[in-house]
Amino acid sequence: MPITISNRAKLVDRRPMSFLERIYLPAIFKGLRITLGHMFVKKPTINYPEVERPFSATFRGLHILNRDEEGRERCTACGLCALSCPAEAISMEAAERKPEETHLYREEKYAANYEINMLRCIFCGLCEEACPKDAIYLSQTFAPADYQRKGFIYKKDDLLIPETDSMRSTKNSKTTA
Amino acid sequence: MVLLAITLSLILEKVILIAIILGASLGIAMYSTWAERKVAAIMQDRRGPNRAGPFGLFQPLADGLKLFMKEEIIPTVSSKFLFVLGPSLAMLTACMTSAVIPWGPDIVKADGSVFSLQVADINIGILFVFGVVSLGVYGIMIGAWASNNKFSLLSGLRAASQAISYELAMSISLIALVMMTGSLSLREIVDQQHGFWKDGWFTWNFFKQPLAFLIFIVCSFAELNRAPFDLAECESELIGGYHTEYSSMKLGFYLFAEYINMFITSVILSSLFFGGYNYPGMDWVAAHASPLIVSLAGVGALLGKAIFFILFFMFIRWTLPRFRYDQLMNLGWKSMIPLALVNMLITGAVILYFFNH
Repeated sequence: MPITISNRAKLVDRRPMSFLERIYLPAIFKGLRITLGHMFVKKPTINYPEVERPFSATFRGLHILNRDEEGRERCTACGLCALSCPAEAISMEAAERKPEETHLYREEKYAANYEINMLRCIFCGLCEEACPKDAIYLSQTFAPADYQRKGFIYKKDDLLIPETDSMRSTKNSKTTA
Repeated sequence: MVLLAITLSLILEKVILIAIILGASLGIAMYSTWAERKVAAIMQDRRGPNRAGPFGLFQPLADGLKLFMKEEIIPTVSSKFLFVLGPSLAMLTACMTSAVIPWGPDIVKADGSVFSLQVADINIGILFVFGVVSLGVYGIMIGAWASNNKFSLLSGLRAASQAISYELAMSISLIALVMMTGSLSLREIVDQQHGFWKDGWFTWNFFKQPLAFLIFIVCSFAELNRAPFDLAECESELIGGYHTEYSSMKLGFYLFAEYINMFITSVILSSLFFGGYNYPGMDWVAAHASPLIVSLAGVGALLGKAIFFILFFMFIRWTLPRFRYDQLMNLGWKSMIPLALVNMLITGAVILYFFNH
């Protein structure tokens, strides 16, 4: 035996082939049995557009910008998410809330522009952890394909979750009261 | 004495038969491409084509359309006439062999006349088949040489020498069979294998000449240029070989001719060794059913066996790796030919000593 570190080396068998090996047939039938066996193996393929693979509960997909229970944007454009982002995918512009905009934004400062470049993003979830206002979350969906790069730069409108009916009803009850 | 009475109805019958046979072999060749991909997928735990239509059944149509629509490229350095002749010859020889195959038992019509399910019952049927099959390699050789490409030329050389080597063993193995049956007519060979069991032994030639069958099937792999003997078109060394320079429908003709050849070879294999249109219990069917149904059952039996062999060819292709060229030649000249000769000698001796009456 040759000396090896892994101790798994095998000597190549260079003996001349025996008669059974030379007529190939036993080896051929052995091979046919293997391929025949594969007819009954369960296929690992998932028929993608019809069937989707289930994600884990902690899957980190596309970002969403959250609203509070009255449908107001939670983001205050503090910039902690952009600061925490290792890929520098997030950028934003802050603006001051006007008195007539109190039903739109939760606090005095809000994000006028908010962009995430999904081509840069590595979906690490650090923005979600950094956010002090629970404004940004990673959802269960992933970025769809696009023909152009600019399609991957998600604006605030793409990220904000839509207002739900319950948000609207709480808002209305607050204003009437 | 009238040797050959040609009437309008005879011509009409034959034309219809030829149209049906050509259409059927083209259709089967088309779906062989689909089946090949499905078989490959199943062997490799994949799903195979399943997007075009149910189970991907429209895939061959889409492939054909694609080949028709593609740009037709004829290399400027090629010799143009031969370049076009190559695939045409391959296709022509592939379609010609089906003429002498007996596709089913004769249909006896109500007025007593016979409608034969064979285009031409010539008494040297096997010889005709081999003649045409050996012409088939010219399609590859001419196309390969006319491409003016070094890989194509190499592939043409390989195809030619491979065909010559294996045709020898194939023919010698068949001589043993012919000595036993005493006829070169395919119709007669098939009729001799009537039923399944007679006089204490199977009637099918496979059970009388198993060694001849083994040699024949190995050689037909080589003749078809199919894996494990697909040295003429090995993608890894010769980049497709003789069809490297071909595009569009000319490439389609080459690929199609290969599949038609596979179908015809399967039919010939089942006619020579597995009883053709005969099946166990056919006498009972003949006594109990109308003549048309009896004939169609025969055709069904033949097609069933042929499809089995087509699937077997695919099964082998996706199981075995390609032979090296010296291994191929060793197998052909040092094993197959001596084996076929020994088989022929033994058959001759047995016929001489035991059946000489």
